[in-house]
Amino acid sequence: MTNAGDGSAPFSCIISNTMDFTPHTEAERKEMLADIGVSSFKELVKNLPIMEEDLKIPSGLSEGEMVRLGHELGSKNQAAPRLSSYLGAGAYEHFSPAAVSALMSRGEFLTSYTPYQPEVSQGTLQTLYEFQSMICDLTAMDVTNTGMYEGASALAEAVLLALRETGRKKVLIPRSLHPDYKTVLSTYTSESGTQLIEIPFKDGQLDLGFVAKNLTSEVAAVVIQNPNFFGIVEPAEAIAPLAQAASALYIASVNPISLGLLTPPGEYGADIAVGEGQSLGIAPGFGGPYLGLFACKTKWLRKMPGRLVGQTVDVDGRRAFVLTLQAREQHIRREKATSNVCTTTALIAAGSTFYMSLLGKQGLRDLAYQNLAKARYAFDQLTQIPGVRAAFKAPIFNEFVLQTTTPVETLQQRLLECGVVAGLPIKKWYPELENASLWCVTETKTKADIDFLVKTLRGVL
Amino acid sequence: MENLIFEKSQPGRKGYQLPALDVPSIDPAGVLPKASLRQHLAELPEMSELDVVRHYTRLSQLNFSIDTHFYPLGSCTMKYNPKVNETIANFTGFKAVHPLQPASTVQGFLQVYYELERMLAEICGMAEFTLQPSAGAHGELAGLLIARAYHKYKGNPRKTVIVPDSAHGTNPASAMIAGYHVVTVKSDAKGAIDLAALKAALNQDTAVFMLTNPSTLGLFETHVKEIAKMVHDVGALLYLDGANMNALVGLVRPGDLGFDIMHLNLHKTFSTPHGGGGPAAGPVGVSQALTPFLPVPRVRKTEQGYSLEETSPLSIGKMRAFNGNSLILLRAYIYIRCLGREGVRKNTEIAILNANYLRVKLRDYYQLAIDEPCMHECIFTAAKQKPKGVRTLDIAKRLLDYGYHPPTIYFPLIVEEAMMIEPTETESKQTLDQFIEAMRLIAQEAERDPEKLKHAPYTTPVRRLDEVKAAREPNLRWKPSDKPIVSPVDPARR
Repeated sequence: MTNAGDGSAPFSCIISNTMDFTPHTEAERKEMLADIGVSSFKELVKNLPIMEEDLKIPSGLSEGEMVRLGHELGSKNQAAPRLSSYLGAGAYEHFSPAAVSALMSRGEFLTSYTPYQPEVSQGTLQTLYEFQSMICDLTAMDVTNTGMYEGASALAEAVLLALRETGRKKVLIPRSLHPDYKTVLSTYTSESGTQLIEIPFKDGQLDLGFVAKNLTSEVAAVVIQNPNFFGIVEPAEAIAPLAQAASALYIASVNPISLGLLTPPGEYGADIAVGEGQSLGIAPGFGGPYLGLFACKTKWLRKMPGRLVGQTVDVDGRRAFVLTLQAREQHIRREKATSNVCTTTALIAAGSTFYMSLLGKQGLRDLAYQNLAKARYAFDQLTQIPGVRAAFKAPIFNEFVLQTTTPVETLQQRLLECGVVAGLPIKKWYPELENASLWCVTETKTKADIDFLVKTLRGVL
Repeated sequence: MENLIFEKSQPGRKGYQLPALDVPSIDPAGVLPKASLRQHLAELPEMSELDVVRHYTRLSQLNFSIDTHFYPLGSCTMKYNPKVNETIANFTGFKAVHPLQPASTVQGFLQVYYELERMLAEICGMAEFTLQPSAGAHGELAGLLIARAYHKYKGNPRKTVIVPDSAHGTNPASAMIAGYHVVTVKSDAKGAIDLAALKAALNQDTAVFMLTNPSTLGLFETHVKEIAKMVHDVGALLYLDGANMNALVGLVRPGDLGFDIMHLNLHKTFSTPHGGGGPAAGPVGVSQALTPFLPVPRVRKTEQGYSLEETSPLSIGKMRAFNGNSLILLRAYIYIRCLGREGVRKNTEIAILNANYLRVKLRDYYQLAIDEPCMHECIFTAAKQKPKGVRTLDIAKRLLDYGYHPPTIYFPLIVEEAMMIEPTETESKQTLDQFIEAMRLIAQEAERDPEKLKHAPYTTPVRRLDEVKAAREPNLRWKPSDKPIVSPVDPARR
């Protein structure tokens, strides 16, 4: 390749044998330059300080070469079903029906832009309206936006709302909140003089005495995670009266699958419910793209971040859907907007809608029940192994913390040799819990898988 | 239109079967407190698999998309999204990987992260990149928090962020969250930075000047090196909003121009599909002096392989849980590897060629905002149609009847009745010629029958919507008590 742009070579690059998605023939390029009234590309961009050297990135590949490279890279990762993984901690392995990814792959959903032109975007708009409806019902909240980036930043946006609306500077967050969520909260609020106060845990559950004592009129919001990072179901119904008394907002971060079985946040008095929607049929995908859930009471409708789809009619009176209440958003309000979010994660919200539609009313409950039953079975079996004990006695959903006599890292290595990914070591965040690890069991694990884990762990301890 | 899925629901129907429970069954009330147990099931629809597939397939067909239509939406870079990216991103070895697996089991993904960071740094002339931010606006926030951490480290976080009046709305909104006051500076008549206005605004309180280059008017900011010097002279940092990077890749590197921080929109420049409003990815690149402040984790390459470094003393922390939008980053990695150094440059050249071709072919029918060679997009206005009472909105809506997605309209804010057209490099001359013909016919209609345009579109699944009603009487969800609408007509016959 050269950078020459003289008349004999109107463009710098003529490419062969590698992927090229520009359809122009050489003759067309010349014809177009002539129509524009220049003889070369360089003449067209004569004010541009074009770099002299080539970029130091590899040359292109043909499609076959790329697929081969993709297989090579993919095979350097190990994943289910080759590995039997007991990792959870905010990203979950659930079975997702083939129809979910088939529908998500449709070009009309995949390759459309944000639905700014509603007349030709009813597919995306109606799907997102159905998403909003399903999440409202699942969480028992009044309104839901079309989704945030992921769970942790959704929680951060909820806290920003509370800080903005109350004008207060203190926020109560559980010590048992997901450590990444804590870090993200701290990143988002670090520049506003916010004080994040940790609520300690007692037997893995929120210390309600501490909440009662510290939930004062200086507090903007009290945050809970339910089930919490340890997998424990919180006494969530005890928080609302305390928050109301202090006129603080009550924010609950929830796992949507658990809501098949557990009381939804709207019923225990939360002002805002957020959560990670990945468990609704979305692949773990090494961390993303995921789906931040954000639902709230009507009271906060005009203060909430993100996009909203509303139902209306067209000029012929037909039901139709449109992005609405945009006066909150950055492209209208600029520095006075309720948030800076623009593009978020519509396709993932659509995917979760397909998943919830396939599961249906009873299906979600049955799924949540299987998670509970399998996690309980694994918990009961594992805690009978000498050298393994439960860190807490409080009720769990599909995750639990174990403490072992052997350091977790050692167990992790030995189990991996048997094709099992152990629970997550949590010592670096919780030094008070010696040799502790967080284990997740979903419906994807059979009794045989769990029995194999028990046998293997017994052998390596 | 299609009925709501809830209106099609049949009690007892199922679209998915769980395996039989093979562990002992338990009574939830025996292991969970009564107050924690849900009393009423959520009203999710009850459908067969075919019901669900048909419902959403039909809905999908109500959308315009790149796969089906020309989509010249300015500033959004709606280029073709190669299918091979989708194929590879769906390999189990990528899709099924848990973000917290031990490093030894995710070497392929860490290699993709490492190499993508290096390639983006080379393309942009920046020292290092973080791949963590989930979208462009998320990247802006990360970039501004990095700037703030840097200034704080030097002793004073400073107070203001300067943005031009032509900037994307996310710029000032992000600056607010990062704890800054926003100062807006006017652009000159050509949408370029007014150097005198900028000089007057810059002082020791300025933390960052955010610049979009090429500007939102599609023109390269020729004074950029001078601007960089002015910004650096007061100790401030120069930020590039990389939304328009599709005009520069392979030709100009922002780092060489003096930018200290920038974000990319991988769903624009690097062709990851936009998904009807995301998912996206907004990697942030920084100059050497700012690398200690990048978010964690950082991917490192050692003799033992790739690893994730979780802590770094000066880091701003984390922008999100886990690592980043890995499956989106993977698609961008594949895209760059497929094209290679020659391909990325060729793309840029053809993107600029296509935009200029539309510029000269349409200027007889529509007023150009600025009549000079453009970069990857050009801005027209409805000034010629205004005497007939035809507005940009009407032209946009009429384009729908001709089967084209409209350009971005009413942006940038500094151009009255703006139409921002970005064809991208993947559209053929034939497509552009057809679009030009449609635009010519619409200009003719505006002359002869302006009323026709004011009520367009006519042929779309629905016509103009009552947006006032949507905002005044918000209906944001279906409720079980809503009365079903049962249409006797097969909705496919719309």
